Amino acid sequence: MERADVIILGGGLVGLTLAIALDAHGLSSIVIDVANPETQIAPGFDGRASAVASASWKMLEAIGVGARLEGQGCPIREIRVSDGLSKGTLNFAPDPAEGPLGIMFENRALRLALRETALAAQNITLVMPARAADVQRDEHGVTVTLEDGRIFTGSLLIAAEGRKSPTRAAAGINIAHWTYDHVAIISALAHDVPHGNVAYEIFYPAGPFALLPMLPGADGSPRSAIVWTVKASDAPAMLALSDRAFLAEADKRMGGMLGALRAAAPRSSYPLGFQHTAKITAQRLALVGDSAHGIHPIAGQGLNLGFRDVGALAEVLIDGVRIGLDPGDPQLLARYERWRSLDSLMVAASTDGLTRLFGVPGKTALAIRRFGLGAVQRIPALKARFMDEARGESGALPKLLQGLTV
Amino acid sequence: MANAITIDPKEAAHFGKMAAEWWDPKGSSAMLHRLNPVRLGYIRAAIDGHWHTDIAARRPLAGKSALDLGCGAGLLCEPLARLGATVTGVDAAPENIAAARIHAAGQGLAIDYRAGEVEQLVGQRFDLVTSMEVIEHVADPAAFVRALASSLAPGGLMILSTPNRTAVSRLAMITVGEGLGRIPRGTHDWDKFLTPEELTALLEGAGMVVTDVTGLSFSVGHGFALSENRALNYLVTAVAQ
Repeated sequence: MERADVIILGGGLVGLTLAIALDAHGLSSIVIDVANPETQIAPGFDGRASAVASASWKMLEAIGVGARLEGQGCPIREIRVSDGLSKGTLNFAPDPAEGPLGIMFENRALRLALRETALAAQNITLVMPARAADVQRDEHGVTVTLEDGRIFTGSLLIAAEGRKSPTRAAAGINIAHWTYDHVAIISALAHDVPHGNVAYEIFYPAGPFALLPMLPGADGSPRSAIVWTVKASDAPAMLALSDRAFLAEADKRMGGMLGALRAAAPRSSYPLGFQHTAKITAQRLALVGDSAHGIHPIAGQGLNLGFRDVGALAEVLIDGVRIGLDPGDPQLLARYERWRSLDSLMVAASTDGLTRLFGVPGKTALAIRRFGLGAVQRIPALKARFMDEARGESGALPKLLQGLTV
Repeated sequence: MANAITIDPKEAAHFGKMAAEWWDPKGSSAMLHRLNPVRLGYIRAAIDGHWHTDIAARRPLAGKSALDLGCGAGLLCEPLARLGATVTGVDAAPENIAAARIHAAGQGLAIDYRAGEVEQLVGQRFDLVTSMEVIEHVADPAAFVRALASSLAPGGLMILSTPNRTAVSRLAMITVGEGLGRIPRGTHDWDKFLTPEELTALLEGAGMVVTDVTGLSFSVGHGFALSENRALNYLVTAVAQ
């Protein structure tokens, strides 16, 4: 029987980052995941990529993961938002001295860097692949029994299992949930015209078509990741299209601005939905990442919201053990819940609102959207607020997200 | 003499009734649970300031002994044990000590809990002596402070907390707190509250030097916080002269 301060169910990007942030401050964790790490970090680009907001990047640097990712990400220097291919785009281009708005990474690079850091950490036990058969939480602690009979104990259970968190369901935490009846098609394109480190968010009635700049692929040609929102009923056909037909459709959405296109990764789809729960803790349980909130990936905020959970929960637990509290103390969980609930609701609601606004067809809606984009473009305070949001720097920031250790 | 220092039997019986509920964060001690992290933050800073320990160290009290007098069911003893101290907890109510022992065992913490009074500790010295929200309940505060001072090891640190005797504390703790049931009725006798000046004088009379007095404020929006304002409640740090 092995004991640690916390047991983390889910060793994905958010779960491992939390384990590493805690380790950097002397807190121990046991990370249990059903996935086989060998397949997770198999060579070759699977088309999954993430925009790491600058605040999230500061945290990765502060906990020693950044060094392993140096030179593997593509900085986003500008974001251009437009209503279809109409003129009058909204440009977010910060002063270069302020650093990029975010950095695009292949998820595989993130997974590798996190796994290497976790393996080298003194206070992290990785238990994967493994499946929990029984989870008990009581007044004094948490006990997880695996299917193979191994038993682990800790002071706090953390669910980082993703949107369909079984631990959340078992704890009886209800979530507000709806689906958009839309699906994101995710892939990557190689193109002739360099992207110039610009991300594009082009809104269509079915949803946004987003292009995110990546580092060149193995053949040296410029690459961009795409997140293409389509009606759920159209998704199977989109996935089944030949490369040539798919690229032609994509090119139409982009107005040919990146020149000739080639497929640079397999296509996959991701059902879009909104879920939110004000309650992200229970007795000796804390939810992080998509277990706590699933949002539309329109602005790339899902992972960054998860990183903000990590920054807040790590700080709360580190502060807590330094004053002698048990990591599962109800006062600590209450602080984490207060800190996170408003922020995640705001982000979820604003991305949800944006999706709905852009999903309304008709001339009036078009005029409102143009007016809205124009207003944001013209009002510096509003624009700064949107940029802070993109960087993940709004709200009461945990120290880790300011690039500081706790 | 023993009776002069003894906690009033009436008050000990009152806390005994609360023992089972002590550790319920939503029970009758809810306010105490909410207060605890703030109080612990003050104690940790005092420890680091006094012994020059690293603020990031997990066990700054390793190798040190600690006494918490009036320990209740161990809300302070357990954190002190996790910070590395060898902890002795003393409380006048045997029910509290029983609850404290059960809880510490569940947490896997070895804490020496004793039902009784400060006189039981004659001859024993501790590096850290704490007594939170106790002095306002004792019959002879001067004798109580002398007993605490005599249990402090050379170079040791003493931390006390208690409500101030002001119109604000009467309103907050008795009229509102006990009136609304947020604090169990009959917990406090306002006339026995000490002002910071009175407590400082008692400590000086026992050969101690007060090195810090910090207020503890409460607001509905932000809960408890350390503050310049000592009108409601305050914490005192003292060392031997």
